[in-house]
Amino acid sequence: MREIRIPPSQAIVAGALAFALAALAVAAPPPPTNVVAEDNPWDDGSALRVTWTSDGTDVAAWRIRRTLGEEERRQQRERHQIEAAAQAYATALAAAKAAGQAPEDATQAATAAAQAAATKAGGDTLDPFMFVGIAGASDRSFVVEGLDGESSYVVSVEPRGADGGYGEAAISAEAQPAQQLFRGDRLWFGIMLFGVIAMILGCVVAARNGVKMRIRRIAGLDAIDEAVGRATEMGRPVLFIPGIQDMDNVQTVAGVTILGRVAKTAAEYDATIEVPTARSLVMTACQDVVQSAYYEAGRADAYNPDTIRYITDEQFGFAAYAAGRMVREKPATCIYMGQFYAESLLLSENGNAVGAIQIAGTGETSQLPFFVAACDYTLIGEEFFAASAYLSREPLQMGSLMGQDMGKAMVMLLVVIGVICTTAGALGSGQAQAIADFLANNVLKS
Amino acid sequence: MKSTVPTLIATIVGVVLIVAFFVPATQSWSETAVDWFNILAGVAFILGGGNLIKVQLETISSRRPGWGYALVILVSFAIMLTVGLLKIGVPPAEQYPNHPWSGEYDAPASAFGWIFENVYNPLTSTMFALLAFYVASAAFRAFRAKNIEAMLLLGTAFIVLLGNTAIARLTDGIPDSLSFLRLDQVVANTMSYITTGAFRAITIGIAIGVAATALRVLLGIDRPYLGRT
Repeated sequence: MREIRIPPSQAIVAGALAFALAALAVAAPPPPTNVVAEDNPWDDGSALRVTWTSDGTDVAAWRIRRTLGEEERRQQRERHQIEAAAQAYATALAAAKAAGQAPEDATQAATAAAQAAATKAGGDTLDPFMFVGIAGASDRSFVVEGLDGESSYVVSVEPRGADGGYGEAAISAEAQPAQQLFRGDRLWFGIMLFGVIAMILGCVVAARNGVKMRIRRIAGLDAIDEAVGRATEMGRPVLFIPGIQDMDNVQTVAGVTILGRVAKTAAEYDATIEVPTARSLVMTACQDVVQSAYYEAGRADAYNPDTIRYITDEQFGFAAYAAGRMVREKPATCIYMGQFYAESLLLSENGNAVGAIQIAGTGETSQLPFFVAACDYTLIGEEFFAASAYLSREPLQMGSLMGQDMGKAMVMLLVVIGVICTTAGALGSGQAQAIADFLANNVLKS
Repeated sequence: MKSTVPTLIATIVGVVLIVAFFVPATQSWSETAVDWFNILAGVAFILGGGNLIKVQLETISSRRPGWGYALVILVSFAIMLTVGLLKIGVPPAEQYPNHPWSGEYDAPASAFGWIFENVYNPLTSTMFALLAFYVASAAFRAFRAKNIEAMLLLGTAFIVLLGNTAIARLTDGIPDSLSFLRLDQVVANTMSYITTGAFRAITIGIAIGVAATALRVLLGIDRPYLGRT
């Protein structure tokens, strides 16, 4: 084999070059300076804001860590003790059994070993810091959330180099989060909410004072009378499903409210209404609403509480029941009003297969396309929440609906302003861009 | 009085929940209100379970059509209730290895966990899998070009469908200056601007509708919890 010879001078240069490259490759980014942790202003006392300075040389990102709170420290120690005890118990039990000890003696020995291991683990030193998040290279502040207001914390900021290695960390002084009187980050949300509430209240008062209000026709709601009448003619039931969520969900509340109107129509037309529910509390509310509707219609004797029944909390168990019921009973009308998830299409396609008139309404945007595809009428978004007012035509209800529309007009105005400012900002107007940024960073993020 | 007190309770709890959203010091009040709701829902479950048993027993005793299904429901209910309450096959918790009932009732090694994993989950998956067929049949009906709107829907759906297949690669040859005409770009722009814009409009309407409905309940204009609407 031929031997390759390198002249000594070239070898020295190559070696020096390799050393320099290696030194460059492992050069750690410098630590940050002036690391300060202080209370995050206008919050619920669960966050600290950490700031630092740095020239940013060779830094690809910042790793943020913090010390544990008192409760977290206790839990971490307890976990550590449990793990040590469980491991010692299993090891000692296996050893005792292998040694041929009686089961009672083996268990006793294992328990003693577990207790000893737990006591020993109680004295171990654990990592005082836990990972919180990664800040970008250009960031000089970070909000550490999820803290306990009763504890003090130290925050560590470590630079990460381009090669993925971490440089020396700098830590802040101890700081404790404090609770403020008001959530400042929700200020704009509050202004918008109370603006809408004020408009609704104003319109309700106007309606009470006799101001006439007009409402556009909603085909899906106009079809309810026709659909219930069809059920009466065919001698088949009306199936009403008020979603699969509980009474703490506003869509369920809206669905149950609509049920009252539908039940009254069913009572007047002498149609049977069936209401399977996925929550017990919804069942009791539906029973009360339907009973009340039958009383109002003067058909109290026709009310049958057994047609409003609880099935199961489980999503697909409920869907299986409802689909099976549709196939067996062949309802003439299926009405879905409330919050639905994946079962929306299972229900509506089965309803379609049995030839029922189907009317659906939900605020769950991901399910709207399925209802639109499978049902005869669909109340989209706000129409669903307007149904109660539309069906009752009571002045107070109509007033709230008018207020709802005024709130929507206010939001539309903001959207138009945002679009104009963003467009003008893109064309070079600094002021317009500042307004657009303000809307995006303050109003929309609250 | 019979309706005033519940309306007052609903209004006070509603106001507390709104205030707690903005005032951190009152946050624990809203947690208490939610706890009360959970307790009520827990108690109501007894009514729900009772209703389930009553209705199914009636179906069986009167031999109504489909009474066999009612029997299946009752037997399943009884089995799950028994294995869950008696914690059959539940291994001890790590903290208390010497106490056989210390584990969770639905631990994977328990009878309850086994039934859930090997009976309930496959049934759920079967129901979920049916969605694929229902999506196809619903799409078939929805995409029939009956009018202008349906034709637009069909055209958009066709483009989005093609854009998500390998066929989209055929348009890769379109020069960079006209890259917006590439199928994957057409799909991305449709989803990012047209679909997102439409969805946001619906979402804003829903958000305001939710506020209005909540306010109607708070003011007692709508009272579905009292059987009055």
